[in-house]
Amino acid sequence: MSALLEITGVSKQYPGVLANDNISLTVNAGEVVALLGENGAGKSTLLKAVFGLVKPDSGEIKIGGEPITFGDTAGVISRGVGMVHQHFQLVPVMTVAENIILGDEPRRGLFINMKAARAEIIALSKRYGLEVDPDAVIEDLPVGMQQRVEILKALRKDVKLLILDEPTAVLTPQEIDELLAVVRNLAKSGVGVVLITHKLHEVMAVADRVVVLRGGKLIGTTTPKESDEAGLAQMMVGRSVVLQVNRTEAKRGGIVLEVKGLEVRDDRKILSVKGVDLSLHKGEILGVAGVEGNGQREFVEAICGMRHREAGEVLINGVATKNMHPHAVHEAGISHIPEDREKHGLVASYSIADNLILNQFDQEPFAKGWIRNLGEISKNAIATIEKFDIRTPSAFNTAGSLSGGNKQKVVVARELSEELPVLIAAQPTRGVDVGSIEFIHNQLISARDKGAAVLLVSAELDEILSLSDRIAVMSGGKIVAIVDSKGADRNYIGRLMAGLDK
Amino acid sequence: MITLVKRRGSYYFLAVALSTLFLYSQSANITTSVFSIAVTFAMPLALAAMVGIMCERTGIVNIGIEGTLLLSSFVAFYVAIASKSIVIGFFVAMATGVVMSLLLALMSVTWKMDQIIAGTILNILATGLTSFFYVQGNMLPDMFKQKPIPGLSNVPFFGEVLFKHGLLMYLGFVVIITLYYALFHTPWGLRSRSVGEHPSAADTAGVSVARMRYINVAIAGAIGGLCGSYLVLELVGSWNRGFTAGKGFTALALMIFGRWNPMGALAAAMFFGLAQAGANQLMINGTVNIPPQFVGILPYVMTIIVLAISAGKVRPPAAEGQPYEKGQS
Repeated sequence: MSALLEITGVSKQYPGVLANDNISLTVNAGEVVALLGENGAGKSTLLKAVFGLVKPDSGEIKIGGEPITFGDTAGVISRGVGMVHQHFQLVPVMTVAENIILGDEPRRGLFINMKAARAEIIALSKRYGLEVDPDAVIEDLPVGMQQRVEILKALRKDVKLLILDEPTAVLTPQEIDELLAVVRNLAKSGVGVVLITHKLHEVMAVADRVVVLRGGKLIGTTTPKESDEAGLAQMMVGRSVVLQVNRTEAKRGGIVLEVKGLEVRDDRKILSVKGVDLSLHKGEILGVAGVEGNGQREFVEAICGMRHREAGEVLINGVATKNMHPHAVHEAGISHIPEDREKHGLVASYSIADNLILNQFDQEPFAKGWIRNLGEISKNAIATIEKFDIRTPSAFNTAGSLSGGNKQKVVVARELSEELPVLIAAQPTRGVDVGSIEFIHNQLISARDKGAAVLLVSAELDEILSLSDRIAVMSGGKIVAIVDSKGADRNYIGRLMAGLDK
Repeated sequence: MITLVKRRGSYYFLAVALSTLFLYSQSANITTSVFSIAVTFAMPLALAAMVGIMCERTGIVNIGIEGTLLLSSFVAFYVAIASKSIVIGFFVAMATGVVMSLLLALMSVTWKMDQIIAGTILNILATGLTSFFYVQGNMLPDMFKQKPIPGLSNVPFFGEVLFKHGLLMYLGFVVIITLYYALFHTPWGLRSRSVGEHPSAADTAGVSVARMRYINVAIAGAIGGLCGSYLVLELVGSWNRGFTAGKGFTALALMIFGRWNPMGALAAAMFFGLAQAGANQLMINGTVNIPPQFVGILPYVMTIIVLAISAGKVRPPAAEGQPYEKGQS
């Protein structure tokens, strides 16, 4: 029997970037192949080519022994290929059921048979243990749930080959465990799985084979048994990567940011931050650990002036900021790396150079009175791109054209450029590759060492543990404990996060 | 949110129904005739709004509706005269609408042009062609005459209002109701809406975005042809320069007011028709003594008011106006 997927010598040139350079790869039934690579290494391009969404310049792609034709996505799907895209391909205003049946709707006469669709989806979700409500509207669902819908959509046709493009980037640890279990089960039942991810421990946990891409080239193939996380990281980045952060003792100063009795409502108008007290000192990193959806997002947005405060106070250097506008909060001394870089971090249609100065566009040297100083702006951009290793053909490409990790670097670079007294970093390394994580972590530490008070909010417990001086655990909208990170017990914090211990 | 809107809609409906009942009890004849005239005013606006809905639901902004109506009504008029058959005039007008639409699709889907410019081109093209070829003093051989529907037309009030019209009016109602069910209850409708909301989601589900857009824009053109034919062959019976008088633009406002829903747009058009018919009646009665010019500007003033009220509260199809590039997410 021929391989499920056979890629031979595929190349794809984009303006300024060779995204795929003569890549060959096979995937067999029942195996999990992890595709590793830095942001912009060409993984997504390769898989889009498999799906007929991108036309390779040369090379051939065969599915089940038959070559595919560009543009024939429906044909690829009908041959049993399912894909869960990195950016969810769901219509936000439609229901779960409508999204899943789109393209192959159960019919009754001329009309859609919604009853059959619902029954089919419930059966499907039982079969794979992925529970969803067929009538929920996508935009009302949390991302973890949306991803379930994506996976169910892919599994609906008896899939032989399932492609998951960074499926865990937006999931909580529990959701990730569930997902990996689903992946293993699928492989056991004979499905070939291609998993694209940045998270090395996931690769170690589920992959049968690991394929590493770098700069559009296939660097090598290995197995989790033959390699370890450090080895994989080195293959990806091309140099050895320090996975453990080196960090000196914090030199704690006075209180810079003080939060008293803060109460905030979420988008559904439900109280999600229920009286939080927290003080952040100069020169420390305070990590806020917690399972996502426990009020962290609303907490951060309320401090930054992006969300109305129901009650409580936020003091910056002793000055109250009562429901200030985000710009005023920024003026008062808070820089903010937002959780959702696409929505709040970048203007996708602006150039990288302009995005890098969004926080200082009206200040010298980037502007003089009413006139923008384009020379300084591009000089700054070129220096920052060099320093942060942002992979782009030029400083004048749009920010929207960057890959996820490089977008994040732009946001981080901008927010660190001002050296304000308070830095709030929400999920700063989400969806970012290992090399860049190391870099961003070091930047946060050096901001701390320069005297900034850093509030780090992350769903990754490892990140919190390795960076923070103190750890505040948030659960159910409250800070349930604040512990010193020295000698902090991982299991204990995990239990607090789950709301088990008091 | 949706239930709230629906509930508010039913309150409006109830208010209109109650005041109609009151007026009917005061003067049955006048109320019936005002409503009957209102329907004839409303139908072309509603059909033109359907053209907009068909296009925008799949992500194509069509501001060339006015041009489509103008050219197709012109063609309906002169083809009917030349062929001495209003039926042939009607079909050629529909074909004209389709050709205009395909031009829009070619520009906005294939050439990925700015859709506002593409629509403007249609409008300029129609104005130019019709003005150039217009000759005064022609007469239609015939018109689509009133054909009361047996039985139904005898129902008091409703029979007179809804079932004593010409063929094209009935066809218009069929088109609107069919469109409503097709859009929300058929696979075609689900695919169309997904293409207008999130084309890459549709594409990855194996729905061809370009094909969907071409087909829907073409159907919209046919509806535009029906609308133009109705205006000239059933409602007015003659043609002059600037014949459609901005109906294609008013329709865009109605489409927005009706939340891109055929039934919503029909209700909005009915509301417009009633306002105009009511104002006409008041003027004829001499109840109010205002110059006819003020009655004439009523539709446009109402368009502004309606848009001001509904602006910001509505949500257009998300991918409206954006050309789709494959592989872009």
